[in-house]
Amino acid sequence: MVRIDGSGNGDSLICARDLDKKYLRGSEEIHVLQGLNLEVGQGEFVAFMGPSGSGKSTLLNLLGGLDVPSAGTITVAGESIASMSAQKLTAWRARHVGFVFQMYNLIPVLNAFENVELPLLLTNLSKAERRRHVETALAIVGLTGRLRHYPRQLSGGEEQRVGIARAIVSDPTFLLCDEPTGDLDRKSADEVMAIISSLVHDYGKTVLLVTHDPMVAECAQVVLHLEKGALIEAVRVGSKP
Amino acid sequence: MKFRRLVFANLFRKKVRTLLTLGSFAVALFLFGLLFVVRGAFSQGIEVAGADRLVIINRVSIIQPLPLAYKERLLRMPGVKVVAFSSWFGGVYQDERNFFPQIAIDPENQRAAYPEFLIPEEQWQAFLTDREACIAGASLAERFHWKIGDRIPIRGTIYGGTWEFNLRGIYRGQRPQDDTTQFWFHWKLLDERARFNKGFVGWYVLRIQNPDDAAGLVKTIDAQFANSPWETKTETEKAFAASWIKQMGNIEFLILVIGGVVFFTLLLVTGNTMAISVRERTSEFAVLKALGFSDRFVLGLVMVESLVIALIGGGLGLGLAKLYTFGGDPTGGMLPYFYLAPVAILYGLGIAALVGVVSGILPAYSAMRLRVVDALRRV
Repeated sequence: MVRIDGSGNGDSLICARDLDKKYLRGSEEIHVLQGLNLEVGQGEFVAFMGPSGSGKSTLLNLLGGLDVPSAGTITVAGESIASMSAQKLTAWRARHVGFVFQMYNLIPVLNAFENVELPLLLTNLSKAERRRHVETALAIVGLTGRLRHYPRQLSGGEEQRVGIARAIVSDPTFLLCDEPTGDLDRKSADEVMAIISSLVHDYGKTVLLVTHDPMVAECAQVVLHLEKGALIEAVRVGSKP
Repeated sequence: MKFRRLVFANLFRKKVRTLLTLGSFAVALFLFGLLFVVRGAFSQGIEVAGADRLVIINRVSIIQPLPLAYKERLLRMPGVKVVAFSSWFGGVYQDERNFFPQIAIDPENQRAAYPEFLIPEEQWQAFLTDREACIAGASLAERFHWKIGDRIPIRGTIYGGTWEFNLRGIYRGQRPQDDTTQFWFHWKLLDERARFNKGFVGWYVLRIQNPDDAAGLVKTIDAQFANSPWETKTETEKAFAASWIKQMGNIEFLILVIGGVVFFTLLLVTGNTMAISVRERTSEFAVLKALGFSDRFVLGLVMVESLVIALIGGGLGLGLAKLYTFGGDPTGGMLPYFYLAPVAILYGLGIAALVGVVSGILPAYSAMRLRVVDALRRV
């Protein structure tokens, strides 16, 4: 169950407590996140909304281990990540987090299969096992016919689906999606959101998503609103499967 | 091996740029290969010089002769095994551009003095029985398409007239670097026909019992002939060859300077290429790191790319240089030993690898230090 008031007992899949993030811009100190509390359970689909500069992406970066908080703790599946070394954090990301980016961020010189295979190169899986995982991931996003296509040969929607396949291929603990439909037309956006919803409903994935689009946010079970670095409201829009 | 695709895919991202960088390496290493060949050609005499051979020339200059009578006195010296002598002829075959050394030799001792030169026994016997006979090195005979029995006219520039010789033998070297561009004929013929320097030879070559005695023998020989009209200057064959090269200038220094400039330029070109490549791929490195690839992996990826370009380009250049040497001496006889040794290829690849690593260090380091959050924000 999603909580933003710090009242939980901390045994949720993702648990952030008293999270602070400050940046120095010249001599000025900027508080991006202030005393933020969040708990997200296994299999939940949470959307973050808020104006630009409210701290959505920063929160996602902290939860994904791409950045470290100035204060507070983050626990994922019982493991505290806030104090991990950069090296450990990198290895942790490979095991636990699947990233979906707004601009897809595929490697242009690799085809769809090779892009999806990337996270598996960090594992000890054999070539045949990697192939099986990649084909499964691409089948989930409906791109079995596009294995050998390069990003430039795919539409925006297809590129993002390859991005999603790359995020799920190693079966991470949770997915972080940073405006995954921000660069797509409505039809493609709907297709992408249908896939993300299916990952939650059919495969029990935990998804945290940042968006400016209310229609996208409606796909989530809970929408959290951020303003000036604090979570101010949690709205339940869907029911937990 | 599973990352091979990642490395090679990136190399073909900008094909023209990769080809130009490969080309820079190829040209530089081709030049390196040729410089090494020229250096080898100049220093060939030093490398192939016999450790047990001494060379005696006139103290005034090599063009001043020494009396034939010294032969017996040299032979009597303790530690001396063989005494051979020779004279420079300095003639022209057809055209002055067709340079090759013509040497009047002492047939009695030539083979004992130079055991590395191999000649079939029947050819040697045919040479001994014909006073107008000559012997040519294999590459010389090949250069002018000579065959046994050919009559070879040489115009004398020192001794005058046209001298005709019968080709009775062709010698080969035991090692690839042995000089097979010489032309030998009987010293007796020269002595009979010459109008001057009768009873004189150009230089002596001694083989000694023990190479460790060389320094002592050098002193003894020069002391023996001191204060005579024909004082001697004795050196080991190695020292003699080295002083000969020195007269032509410091080849080693020239090669180092040219090589240094070329490789420094190459370093800047490759470094710049890799820096541009890394800058263009900032977001990709960020994504790789986000996916769990470590900073060290990213560092290694850029370094390997740089190294692969260097080794492919360098290998190509060295291969072309090797192919070029198969065509033989392009100077028409000035560089008889025109050969790219395997050790030079290894050196070349080593230098290419070094340039690849050094030029890749800074771009690789900047890719390693890249913060994912900052890099993604820039996209």
